[in-house]
Amino acid sequence: MGVARYIKDDKDRIEDVILQSGIHIKPLYTPEDLKEVGFNYTKDLGNSGEYPFTRGIHKLGYRSREWTTRQYTGFGTPEDTNQRFKLMISQGQTGLNVAFDLPTQMGYDSDDPMVEGEVGRVGMAIDSLRDFEIAFKDIALDRIGAGLTINAVASIMLAMYQAVAEKFGFSKQAISATPQNDILKEIVGRGAWIFPVEPAVRLIGDVIEYSIKEMPRTNPVSVAGYHIREAGATPVQEIAYAIQIANAYIDNVLERGHAIDEFVARFSFNLDVFGNLWEQVAKFRAARKLWAKNIKEKYGAKNDKSMFLRGIFGGGGGGLTKEQPENNIVRSAYYALAAALSGAQTTALCSYDEAYTIPTPHAALISLRTLQLLMDEVGLRDTVDPLAGSYFIETLTKQMEAKIVEEMAKIDKMGGMVKAISTGSIQKEVARQAYEFEKGVQRSELIKIGVNKYTGGEQGEVELHEYSDTSAIEQIKSLKEVRRTRNGKEVASSLKALEKAARNEENVMPYLVDCCKAYATVGEMTSVFRNIFGEFVEPSIF
Amino acid sequence: MSDRVIRVLIAKPGLDGHDRGAKVMAHALKDAGMEVIYSGLHQTVPAIVKMAVQEDVDVIGLSIMSGAHIPISKKVMDLIKEEGLDRVIVVVGGVIPAKDIHVLKGIGVAGVFPGGTPFEESVNFIKENVPSRS
Repeated sequence: MGVARYIKDDKDRIEDVILQSGIHIKPLYTPEDLKEVGFNYTKDLGNSGEYPFTRGIHKLGYRSREWTTRQYTGFGTPEDTNQRFKLMISQGQTGLNVAFDLPTQMGYDSDDPMVEGEVGRVGMAIDSLRDFEIAFKDIALDRIGAGLTINAVASIMLAMYQAVAEKFGFSKQAISATPQNDILKEIVGRGAWIFPVEPAVRLIGDVIEYSIKEMPRTNPVSVAGYHIREAGATPVQEIAYAIQIANAYIDNVLERGHAIDEFVARFSFNLDVFGNLWEQVAKFRAARKLWAKNIKEKYGAKNDKSMFLRGIFGGGGGGLTKEQPENNIVRSAYYALAAALSGAQTTALCSYDEAYTIPTPHAALISLRTLQLLMDEVGLRDTVDPLAGSYFIETLTKQMEAKIVEEMAKIDKMGGMVKAISTGSIQKEVARQAYEFEKGVQRSELIKIGVNKYTGGEQGEVELHEYSDTSAIEQIKSLKEVRRTRNGKEVASSLKALEKAARNEENVMPYLVDCCKAYATVGEMTSVFRNIFGEFVEPSIF
Repeated sequence: MSDRVIRVLIAKPGLDGHDRGAKVMAHALKDAGMEVIYSGLHQTVPAIVKMAVQEDVDVIGLSIMSGAHIPISKKVMDLIKEEGLDRVIVVVGGVIPAKDIHVLKGIGVAGVFPGGTPFEESVNFIKENVPSRS
């Protein structure tokens, strides 16, 4: 996967392999290595389903349940996206992962002058409940869970999801949503932030607190190391930062007087599969163990389920190349293999054309089939944690664990993740790593096939998903229709109640649900927050 | 070329927050001896052009990943003309399909450097194309 450094002699014999995490791989591993790292089966692994859950959170792994497939999907209008959802479900996809356009992610209505040219471009445009009614039409929301890839305004989108479910006759207790709801990683790596850190984290806490009371099947946060890794962090930093970010959210909910075992079992993670295969497998196994230890030892949880690291381990887009795009099909298959060998609960792949464009149905289905093949044809459901016991993998897992612990301690020293992000320290480090990586690729020290090795031959064609203004025009027309036909008084009073709750530091979620049901728009609800909270100002890192 | 250190504004226009490429380029241009100002995220075109004037830059580097590179670049070029900033060259990087490169050059963008372009190529281009100042 091109992310380890290979030191070779003049006859192309490998003298050393240095993983991105800085660990050197040896040519041969024996029982001596396990002794050296102090490996102890019971303490370090235990059986699957047993603390510290290194081998997996469920006793029978994929035997009891295959992974959930959840391709990231959404573009154009809600109609366009609804059709694609149905196509994917009809082809065996078992969950949804909703892509919103940038105006929606940033809390603007489709007709806001700020968003010209962006409506429906990288995801679907959502302005009001009317759009959710179209997007989720004829989908069994009690059976199909939906990941909502939105963060700064995750609270609004979860409220709208509840509103649409209730309108369709599903109770809020019956539906399962996974709003990403991780604002700290947006600040580090993906950039779709709006509010300053403190109120932004409060909104994350509101979503978690509301969900544990009202939406028991919902996973109110998906802590996304994925985007931090994609922004440049090493695999070790990805896990260390994700755990520390999760801890920041836990602290917020604990401060509200809830006990750890009341809520943390519903936390989930979104982690990246990109890198050296062995390093990835060791990373996920170490992450499961460290999360369990963190929850048990630092927070004193008693319930096993609280200690489960559940997650979507998704194929990394950053690993894919524009060059020779069809190679991405093969790359992604290896990423999927790494995810399956690591016991991912849920998975998704970037499609082979995604370095260029929104995936075509053809490309999206190849990704889905790649995931299905592993479960049904290749044998990944046969037994739990199949690489366990390997001298190499167990040594590497212990080494990764030690490195992650070291990295977590650096954050503690900086005063915790909120502080480390507020000052820009994390962003600076991630940007530095991204630069080092790019230099490595440009000097051919890190190999990317088609980019700096085997670059000749046929390049292959990608069919571009052309963006059309028609979607934006239709979306704006429909938004105007909603504004014209809704009950203006109801909208105004629900927004007023929301404002009061936001100012009084009440949990805003029930008020957002009322706003959504009155067809208040995403822009109107976000404006309430913008007026009270203000906007985040990025710390300078150059 | 004068001996003046070249000043570059790396800018992220629009709502997209993927700034890995922008930050990597900022590092690379700094290492090549240029002075780099990074706009930060979510900038409007008028804000970017204003920053370019205030910082007295020679180059505006736009980093665009969302697919909206043509309309955004057009707005930047129009406003630069309006402001009489003819000596500033504009370069564009990001997710730019090959077929759009000539469109961008047609509206006055000096150079287009899609993701993966060797640092040397962008650095040399800037050094060769920044007009000298007296």
